[in-house]
Amino acid sequence: MLMLMLAATAGEATAKPKGAQLYGQHCAVCHGENGTGGVGVPLALPGFLSSVDDAYFRETMRLGRPGRVMPAFTRLSDAEINAIIAHIRSWQKDAAAPSFNTQPVKGDAKHGAKLFAQHCATCHGDQGQGGHGTGVTFSRPRDLPIIAPALNNPGFLGAASDNMIKTTLMKGRAGTPMVSFLEQGLSEQDIDDVVSYVRSFATPAESPQALLEAEPAMLVMESSYSLEETVAAVKRAAVGKNFRLIRDQYLEDGLYSEEELNSKQVMVYFCNFKFLYDALALDPRVGLFLPCRVTVVEQDGKVLVMTINPKRLSHLFNNAELERACDEMYRVYADILEEATL
Amino acid sequence: MRRFLSALLLCVLSAGTYAEDMLMIRSRAAFEESMLLLQQAISEQGYALSRVQRVDIGLSEFGYKTDKYRVVFFGKPEEIRDLSARYPELIPYLPLQIAIFAEADETLLVAANPVQLSAAYADPELDKRFAQWEQDMRAILEKVRKGGD
Ligand code: HEC
Ligand code: HEC
Repeated sequence: MLMLMLAATAGEATAKPKGAQLYGQHCAVCHGENGTGGVGVPLALPGFLSSVDDAYFRETMRLGRPGRVMPAFTRLSDAEINAIIAHIRSWQKDAAAPSFNTQPVKGDAKHGAKLFAQHCATCHGDQGQGGHGTGVTFSRPRDLPIIAPALNNPGFLGAASDNMIKTTLMKGRAGTPMVSFLEQGLSEQDIDDVVSYVRSFATPAESPQALLEAEPAMLVMESSYSLEETVAAVKRAAVGKNFRLIRDQYLEDGLYSEEELNSKQVMVYFCNFKFLYDALALDPRVGLFLPCRVTVVEQDGKVLVMTINPKRLSHLFNNAELERACDEMYRVYADILEEATL
Repeated sequence: MRRFLSALLLCVLSAGTYAEDMLMIRSRAAFEESMLLLQQAISEQGYALSRVQRVDIGLSEFGYKTDKYRVVFFGKPEEIRDLSARYPELIPYLPLQIAIFAEADETLLVAANPVQLSAAYADPELDKRFAQWEQDMRAILEKVRKGGD
């Protein structure tokens, strides 16, 4: 029996991984089933596929884009990564994969900085931090059909060779807002200077994983009041902070019949539409933890008031743009817990 | 021997799983159909639906072109009762939840990988539970993804 099962799993593991299947599982959610983007960046455009090598794909998957939504796919095997690349390449059979020499491009980064401020910063940000918004769209108005990626990102810099960046600037990416800067009047030397400047963005990466693990998962305070008094105090505190109460319910609502419910576990939901909108506009995935919720529990004679720790969310979602909203939500939660237990 | 066997199997199984912090999939089906698929997959996986929460109240006033955004809560009644009694600090993350929202004529589903909580609680029993939830959530999401094709 044991042998059989081992044999079966071994057979599965050595079978050729299916690129389309893996792409559908891991990438399609952000890049679209056919790589058309409209979501994150498109991956299927010939102008893109003919100007990036396989190493760029491989390293982009391995490193992700810390703080820019795309996760690092550390558990995919080399064979699986190659299968995904082959699948992506199959969209444009005519666009042959280039290969780049890995020699650094020699340029004047100081001059490049000037050119960057002039020609690139409007889209890529003054520090190369990328455009606003994320790879995961929600049907909403946006400034550009494709958000300019972050260039100061350790994931990007770790994946892109100087010559790949240079090629992107020389040729642009047809079908995207990224145009050819040769055609915009820059000389090849100017472009080398910009490449050197972009390379100088390199900063050590803070792994979202490590940041995530450094934050406690929840905020908890003990109340010296009764459960009912504490629930009322939570509601007052939320209303006092301009939140609208949505409802309260028991943790077990919907799971047990009314007579059987544990009435000592109460969840209070409240919302502020402006806040909700701002957070969702940054990253629609945060709706997973909205509207706001405070849980009040009585157990063994103790009354506890608890929330999730919003500070973890920007790391969890790997989205640095969420940091401010998460800090704000953290302060709201901490204040409410404090006021309700005062 | 029995224990050895299950430990071995566990290794084999976990070698094939990934520990990304977020579990996300795209369903090619429209929102309404994906929502049905999700609720069906949840119950097929042995969980009870506890509530469907709207997140989109008033969103269209703010310029969103869609207002199809829900969070689906689910759990196994005895498991939620037992765990919340023994680990009250886990309650803010209970019941389990999956967000589902429309993107044009397709649908995105998003959940936090329960395993990302392991480090915060550092408890072997919870670790096992988180791993089980991860597996179940992946199975649920995969069903919706395949059902949408
Ligand atoms: C009009 C907006 C715009 C301007 C101006 C612009 N870019 Fe881009 N850039 C983009 C967009 C959008 C993409 C993503 C294209 C895609 O989807 O393939 C991009 C892609 C890139 C990439 C590839 C990065 C990646 O992760 O895909 C590099 C490198 C780059 N731009 C550098 C520059 C530099 C340097 C300049 C100035 C010389 C510049 N860009 C000017 C919008 C712009
Ligand atoms: C959670 C969303 C998400 C997932 C999942 C995801 N990506 Fe990305 N990806 C992005 C975003 C967002 C960017 C652009 C980063 C930026 O704006 O700075 C990106 C950028 C890229 C780039 C660079 C594109 C360019 O124009 O240079 C490649 C290549 C890429 N992703 C491939 C993949 C592959 C392959 C997978 C699956 C293994 C994948 N991504 C999964 C969101 C995602």
